[in-house]
Amino acid sequence: MTAVFGYYLELAGRSLRRHVVLTALMIATIGFGVGASMTTLTVLHVLSRDPIPGKSHELYYVQLDPRKAGGAAPDEEPESQLTRADAEALLRAGRADRQAMMVGGNAAVEPVTEGAASSALPASMVDARWTSADLFAMFEVPFAAGGGWTAEDDARAARVVVITRALAEKLFGAVAVTGRTVRVNGIAMRIVGVIDRWSVSPHFYDLTVGAYGIDEQLFAPFSTSRALQFGRSGDMNCWAYASDLEAVGAPCTWIQLWVELGSQPRAAAYHDFLVQYSEDERKAGRFERPPNVRLRDVTAWLDHKQIVPDEVHLQIAIAFGFLAVCLINTVGLLLTKFLRRSAEIGVRRALGASRRSIFLQLLVEAGMIGVAGGVLGLGLAWLGLWAVRHQPTSYAELARLDLPMLAATVALAVASSLCAGLLPAWRGCHLPPAIQLKSQ
Amino acid sequence: MHVRPILSALRRHRTTATLIILEIALTCAIVCNAVFLIHDRLSRIDQPSGLDERDLIRIQITGIDKTADAVALGRQDLQALRTLPGVRHAACTNMLPFSSSSMTGAARTEPGDAAPKVKVTMYMGSPDLLETLGVGLVAGRAFTPDEYVGLDAVQADQTPLPSVIVTRDAAERLLPGKNPLGQRLYILGKAPQVVVGVIDRLAPSTGGPDPAEPSYAVVLPVHYPYSIGGTYLLQVDPARQAEVLGAVDAALARVDRNRIVQSRESYAEIRDAFFRQDRSLAYLLTGVSITLLAVTGFGIVGLASFWVQQRTRQIGVRRALGATRGDITRYFQLENFLLTTAGIAVGMVLAYAINLWLMHRYQIARLPAGFLPIGAGLLWLLGQLAVLGPARRAAAIPPAIATRSV
Repeated sequence: MTAVFGYYLELAGRSLRRHVVLTALMIATIGFGVGASMTTLTVLHVLSRDPIPGKSHELYYVQLDPRKAGGAAPDEEPESQLTRADAEALLRAGRADRQAMMVGGNAAVEPVTEGAASSALPASMVDARWTSADLFAMFEVPFAAGGGWTAEDDARAARVVVITRALAEKLFGAVAVTGRTVRVNGIAMRIVGVIDRWSVSPHFYDLTVGAYGIDEQLFAPFSTSRALQFGRSGDMNCWAYASDLEAVGAPCTWIQLWVELGSQPRAAAYHDFLVQYSEDERKAGRFERPPNVRLRDVTAWLDHKQIVPDEVHLQIAIAFGFLAVCLINTVGLLLTKFLRRSAEIGVRRALGASRRSIFLQLLVEAGMIGVAGGVLGLGLAWLGLWAVRHQPTSYAELARLDLPMLAATVALAVASSLCAGLLPAWRGCHLPPAIQLKSQ
Repeated sequence: MHVRPILSALRRHRTTATLIILEIALTCAIVCNAVFLIHDRLSRIDQPSGLDERDLIRIQITGIDKTADAVALGRQDLQALRTLPGVRHAACTNMLPFSSSSMTGAARTEPGDAAPKVKVTMYMGSPDLLETLGVGLVAGRAFTPDEYVGLDAVQADQTPLPSVIVTRDAAERLLPGKNPLGQRLYILGKAPQVVVGVIDRLAPSTGGPDPAEPSYAVVLPVHYPYSIGGTYLLQVDPARQAEVLGAVDAALARVDRNRIVQSRESYAEIRDAFFRQDRSLAYLLTGVSITLLAVTGFGIVGLASFWVQQRTRQIGVRRALGATRGDITRYFQLENFLLTTAGIAVGMVLAYAINLWLMHRYQIARLPAGFLPIGAGLLWLLGQLAVLGPARRAAAIPPAIATRSV
C-alpha cells in the first residue's frame, strides 16, 4: 500500500510539474483562501480565550436590580453593575467562599526616595483598580514580592498599594520594593506587594473599561480610594439626581462584585441569598422592583456581554466567502487538469488500473496541492496577523498564531483541497478506458 | 452571431459551466456587498463635524491634588492659554465630536418620565465654547454669563438650568414645524430649559448616526471642570499651531505644577484616530475585493484555455469552412458574456441575501439597488478581459489543423 502511495505521489509530482502555471495558480488560490480564513479565525480564537482557565466556572458576577419601579419590562436584564450600598453590604455579608468589590481608576504615581524632598521622576499616569482584599487570592494573582493587603486594611482604609513588576521597575529600578513608599495622586502609600507577570485577557472582571489591552498597574483598597477621593473610570448609570454620585446612598451603579463559589450547590445557595437580599431591601423600601438577580460565571458572563467585536465576525464571514470562491475556482481548475489528461487516464484504465486507483491517484494530486497551499496559507496567515498587530485595535497585541491554530491551518488547507478534488477525481475516474486511445 | 450553438456547446460541459457561473455569482455577491460597505465606511469617515476643524487643538490634563478648586483653576488655565501668541480662543468642554467619551441624556417636550423622549448628546463647557469650536448661531442668541450653572448643582438638581442651544436637526426632531426659539425642553432637572439659540450642525460625540437610535446634539450652560474628564480646546492660527503646542505645558505649569498634561493634539489627529478602524475595514474590503476578482479572473482564463485546447479541431473545421478569425474570437467572447450574465443574475439574488443577513446581524443599511450595476459591470469587464487571451489564441488556430489529427 505504501509503495502504491509512493507511486501516486510520484505521478502527482510529475503531473504538477508538467503544468507549472496551472499548479502555481491552484496553490496560490488555496493559499490565499486559507490564509485569509486562518487570519480571521486566529483573531477570533485569541479574543474568545478563557481568561482564567481552571476557575472560570467558580467565579461568579453579581447583578441586582435597584432601579425605580417605573419603566420596568418583564424579563428585563438587571443593572450590569452594583450600587456602592449593595456592593458594600454583600461584601460585609461574606456569604461566598471569597468576594471582592472593585472599580477601575487612574492614578498619578511617583516614587518617594529617601532623603529627597521631592522625587526625581515626574509623576506618571497609570490605570488602577480600587478593590478589596480577596481579589488577589480569587484571581490567583502571582506575586514577585510581598502579597495582597488584608480585610483589616480594607476596614480601616489603610494607605497600602500593590503594584505590578513593570511599575516597580519603572519607579525604583527594582522588583523587591515592598515596604517602600509611592505617592499616589499626591498621597504617600506603602507598597505591600509586587505582582509578577500577570495579564488577564479578555479583561473579564470589568468590561466597562474595555475588554482587551487593559494594563492595570496599581491596586489599592476601595475604602482608601473613597476616603482620599481618587478618580474612578468605567461606566456609571444613575436613575435619579444626587449631589455626590459616588456616595454610599447614591442611586448610581458603578461597582463590580465578583464572588468565588466552589460548587454548584454553593452557587445555587448564593443565588437564593441574592433573591432574599433583594426581597429584604424591597421590604425596607430601598428597592422598588421585585427581585431580579443574575449570577453568571466567567464563561456565561463573557458570552452574555458578547465581547468579541462585530467586525471580527464580519471579517470571518468575508474570509470564508473568499475561501468558498477560491475552492470553486480550484474545483474548476482541477477538473480542467484531470480531463485534459483523458488520454493518459484512458491508457492506465485500459492497462488494468481500477477506477478506485485512478480516483485515489487523482485525490493524492489534489492533496499535494493542498499541502503546498497550506504552507503558503500559513505564511499568508502569519503575514495577515502581523498586519492585524499593526492595526490600532485594542486586541492588536494578542493576534499571534499558536500551535493549535498552526495545525488547523494545514488541516483546513488539505481538507479544502481534498474537497475540491472530490468531484474532479470522480469525473476523472469515470472516463471510459478504450475510447481515449482513439484519436480525438 | 448565434447564441444557439454556444448554448448547445455549453450543455455538453455542464459541470464546468455551472462551476464558472457559481464562482461568478459568489464573487459578484461579495463584491457588491463589499463595495457597499466600503462606501458606507467612507461616508462615515467623511461626515462633517460642524466644527472649524483646521484650527482646533485639544489639551487633556489631570490633577494630582484633589483638594484644589478645579473650577477656579480651570478659569486661570484658560486665561493663561488665551495669552499664548497664536491662540484666538480657549474653552473647556466635556467632549468633542468624534472622541470616544460621550455624555447623553433624554430630551422631552413634556415634564415627567412617561413623556416621549429623544436621545440627545449634551455638550457643556465654558462660556466661549461655541466660539472656540467655530460653530455659529443661525438663530437666537448665545448664553449670557448669568445662565451658567455649576455641574454639582445640576447633578443635585438644586439650581434649575435655564436655557439650551440646540442644533437644527434636534429642533426639527423635538419641535417639528415650530419656531424653536422660546420653546421649553426638559433635559436636565425638573425645571424646563428654554431654547435660546439654534446652531447649524454639531455632530454627536460618538460619531456616525446610529440608525437604531439617532442622537441629536444640544449645548447646555454648565461649567464643566477639567478634573472630571473635561478637556481644553484652543482655536489657533494654523500657521502657529506647532508653536502653540510647544508652549502649552509650560503655560499650564505656571498656573499649578500639580497636574499632568496627558495629551495635546490637533483635531485632525483626533479625527484620524477615531475613524482609524473604519478606514482599516475599508482597506481590508478593498484588498479582498481585488484579490477575489483576480482569483475569479484567473479561474476564467484557466477554464477558457482548456476549452480552446479541447476544441482545437472544431475551431480548425470552422475556420476551414469559412469562419473568420473575428468569428472565432466573438464566439468565445459571447460565450463568456452568457456565462457571466448567468452568474451575475444568480449573484444579484445572492447579494441581496447576504445583505439581508448583514442587516439582521450588524445593523447595516439595505443595499441600494445602485450598487448592483457596479458589481455587474465589474464582472462583465473582468470576464471579457480574462477571455481575451484564450479567445485570441483560439482565433490563431490555422484552418489546416482540421485536416490533421491532434
